[in-house]
Amino acid sequence: MVNRIVTGAHYGLRDWLVQRVTAVVMAIYSAVVVVFLLLQPEFGYDTWAGLFSGNPMRTFSMLFLLSLFYHAWIGMRDIVMDYIKPASIRLTIHVLVILALVLYVIWSVQILWGL
Amino acid sequence: MKFKIYRYNPDIDTAPYMQDFDLNLESGDAMLLDALMMLRKQDDSLGFRKSCREGVCGSDAMNINGRNGLACITSLSSLKQPVEIRPLPGLPVIRDLIVDMTQFFKQYHSIKPYLVNNDPPPETERLQSPKDRLELDGLYECILCGCCTTSCPSFWWNPDKFVGPAGLLQAYRFIADTRDQDTAARLDNLEDPYRLFRCHTIMNCVDVCPKELNPTEAIGKIKDMMVKRAV
Repeated sequence: MVNRIVTGAHYGLRDWLVQRVTAVVMAIYSAVVVVFLLLQPEFGYDTWAGLFSGNPMRTFSMLFLLSLFYHAWIGMRDIVMDYIKPASIRLTIHVLVILALVLYVIWSVQILWGL
Repeated sequence: MKFKIYRYNPDIDTAPYMQDFDLNLESGDAMLLDALMMLRKQDDSLGFRKSCREGVCGSDAMNINGRNGLACITSLSSLKQPVEIRPLPGLPVIRDLIVDMTQFFKQYHSIKPYLVNNDPPPETERLQSPKDRLELDGLYECILCGCCTTSCPSFWWNPDKFVGPAGLLQAYRFIADTRDQDTAARLDNLEDPYRLFRCHTIMNCVDVCPKELNPTEAIGKIKDMMVKRAV
């Protein structure tokens, strides 16, 4: 393979948009949780367990975590693109990050639904 | 006035070093370029570029006290002493304050910085309405001095792939031009994780532009146009 600078992958817009949308989801979730906690007269294990006992909160939490993982993927990829120059090492790190994030998704489901 | 100036002559020096200069000068109305020209009378080996000496040609861009700017329109009275002068960061140094701008202009040329219009040329000019013409304000004034692009960390990390703020400002200048017929191809050319999306809105470009232009805003408008055509 000749050693030439190549660009023109024709993607990037979707990730840029997704990063913004997921940031909004995370901001809303964080605000909801903080407000909920501030409204509690007493705070202990029961409140915390109660908050996550219903399916709506579990689903909302899952949406938050999926947003976080997708957001983290784009962020990690950007860091690797900036600092890791050899394409083979970059690809390896990309694959490892994706695998780790997919594992986190499975783990999140297990935690939230107590599987 | 006291100066500390980056010196490097690859033919003689093994490594760059900072040289101290002392100039007997009341700062007054004088600009940094005036001081540099007087210093060159003291030491005629001091290398820097200059041409119009009034902020129009963009030749004397350099890093002044840690901030990129044009020496010819930087007032000496505004500078803390010793005034530390270095070449523009992120580009190879040819000698002293003179940098090799090849990479910068390569990126500039990659966005096709000219009007593409396949209609036969009219008898007079290709006319625009005053409203359409207004869109080009804040874009056409760029003098390609390189202050913004060389202050951008994304350009430091990927100078061969990221177009940089100056190139992207000019890209939008032609996307915004109603006389241009190449909009789709121009957007295609930029839809790339490196060429456009290395911009992380750090805004060093806006901070240093000696013409007070706003490349970040232009980059945002390019993204907006991409979203508009995608959804």
